[in-house]
Amino acid sequence: MSGRATVGAGRDARLTASMVDGLASERALAPRADFPLLAANPRLHYLDSAATTQKPAVVLEAIRRYYETSNANPHRGAYRLSAAATDAYHAARVRIAKFLGVADADTLIFTRGTTEGLNLVASAWGRANVTRGDRIVVTRLEHHANFVPWQALARETGAEFVIAELAPGGVLDMAALEAAVTPRTKVVAFGHVSNALGTVNPVAEIVRIAHRVGALAVCDGAQGAPHLDLAVDSLTVDAYAFSGHKMLGPMGIGGVVMRRDLLEAMPPYQMGGDMIAYVGDTHTTWNVLPHKFEAGTPNVEGPVGLAAACDYLATLGMDRVIAHERGLAALAMERLAAIPGVTVLGPAAGARGGVVSFTLENVHPHDLSQLLDADGVCVRAGHHCAQPLMRALGVHATTRASFYVYNDAGDVEALAAAVDSARKRFAAG
Amino acid sequence: MSAELDELYQSIILDHNRRPKNFREMDDATASAEGMNPLCGDQLKVWVKIDGDTLADVSFKGQGCAISKASASMMTQAVKGKTRAEAERLFDDVHALVTGHPTGADVGSLKALAGVSRFPLRVKCASLAWHAMKSALDGGGQVTTDDGRGADGEGA
Repeated sequence: MSGRATVGAGRDARLTASMVDGLASERALAPRADFPLLAANPRLHYLDSAATTQKPAVVLEAIRRYYETSNANPHRGAYRLSAAATDAYHAARVRIAKFLGVADADTLIFTRGTTEGLNLVASAWGRANVTRGDRIVVTRLEHHANFVPWQALARETGAEFVIAELAPGGVLDMAALEAAVTPRTKVVAFGHVSNALGTVNPVAEIVRIAHRVGALAVCDGAQGAPHLDLAVDSLTVDAYAFSGHKMLGPMGIGGVVMRRDLLEAMPPYQMGGDMIAYVGDTHTTWNVLPHKFEAGTPNVEGPVGLAAACDYLATLGMDRVIAHERGLAALAMERLAAIPGVTVLGPAAGARGGVVSFTLENVHPHDLSQLLDADGVCVRAGHHCAQPLMRALGVHATTRASFYVYNDAGDVEALAAAVDSARKRFAAG
Repeated sequence: MSAELDELYQSIILDHNRRPKNFREMDDATASAEGMNPLCGDQLKVWVKIDGDTLADVSFKGQGCAISKASASMMTQAVKGKTRAEAERLFDDVHALVTGHPTGADVGSLKALAGVSRFPLRVKCASLAWHAMKSALDGGGQVTTDDGRGADGEGA
């Protein structure tokens, strides 16, 4: 990365008056100095937090401290060190559950992330509850992680797989969803916030539609938990999956929160150590929650790091996090829309999270992201693991900028300047 | 970085991207193959008409980035009229060029693709059409550039 000579505005860029509701976004919500990678790269404009977030030092330190003071295999040894590891693991679960607004911490099952959480539900609950003639409803907005497991379950069981389509503007067509959810519907799987467009879905309304026919409401919270001021319990969804690495935590840890009665009734997801109560020669009984769904030696550093991330976010205040992101998204939409040839996709700024997907006429997103990279601007190019959505939008790929607590208006100005410079390069060539 | 970008996006590449050559379907093709890059969703199709041992006509359609489109466009020009063996040798020379191990063979204007070697994530883009052409010569079908090492399209 050599400089960004083409970038006109720096971190101290002033905002225009049109940036009414986003004045708080001018400066980063979280100090850049808290994030070692960002502190070491002052010219980096990291705008791919919907893919993964940078990590604050407190998270890295928590993981290091765990290994330096408490590392052992939890649930195994009678010695004090193993007890310390067990305590660290369960204390982390309680802290994360509290942050997410989950009263019954043992219904928070740790997984590698959202993908594994959704697969757990589709596989363990789905195979036991979905049969031929049933219907599975997903939406056109879904990430592949909340699409493919259900499509596969439908193919396996002979259930009908139905995609609820969109209304103009990249939002769900609620009438279409309501019509799609028939009495034979067993699952309605939907994202809380679209990773590709930023659309925030009306969870309460979707849950009402699902529960009207007794269907399970399964929510992909990968882009919800990190950004929204939410209490999972009050969403009244039946399952909610999330990823730690998208909310300042380490990679390889996340979870799914699911209704206790469902978890207790459904079969385990994986078999092995830790998840059993008694193993007979011909029959095995299962451990209590959450262990029933956590086979094998658990990832302890993950929850420990994620709990530290939750504490950090709680200190910032989740109400301020979403306000900050919306302010940056609104500014980005305004700046990008002013560039000739740019089309911003998705809903209005007030109806989305901190995600801005766009196309630039005659410049493929791959080329654009390559050119932006030279200016220190990191964005995502591609189909965003949402090919069914891309088909409906009539595009093969988009460029996506996504914002988080460490971003500021200067990042947005750098993005806009770099996009305009890329446009000129392709126009002049 | 800027000099490397200038080399990657030199004017001949941008010209082929804007006005690709032989960008059409072919009704009387003797073979065709699709190339897909599952990481970014890009796909293109290559048609060849083989007359005896000669590639009498080559064309492509599809969509992709400037690098993949320009590489496909230049490829159709370069291999038209060549024998099967010559086209396959050119495939090897170009592959070596974009991966940073040039054979030293004269590849004509295709040397404009040398800049790709500085950007490992873009090698798949430059190779897509060539793999499709080779697949067509080998009997057709579908090829994918996914080598399992990931790149810049997948993920949330």
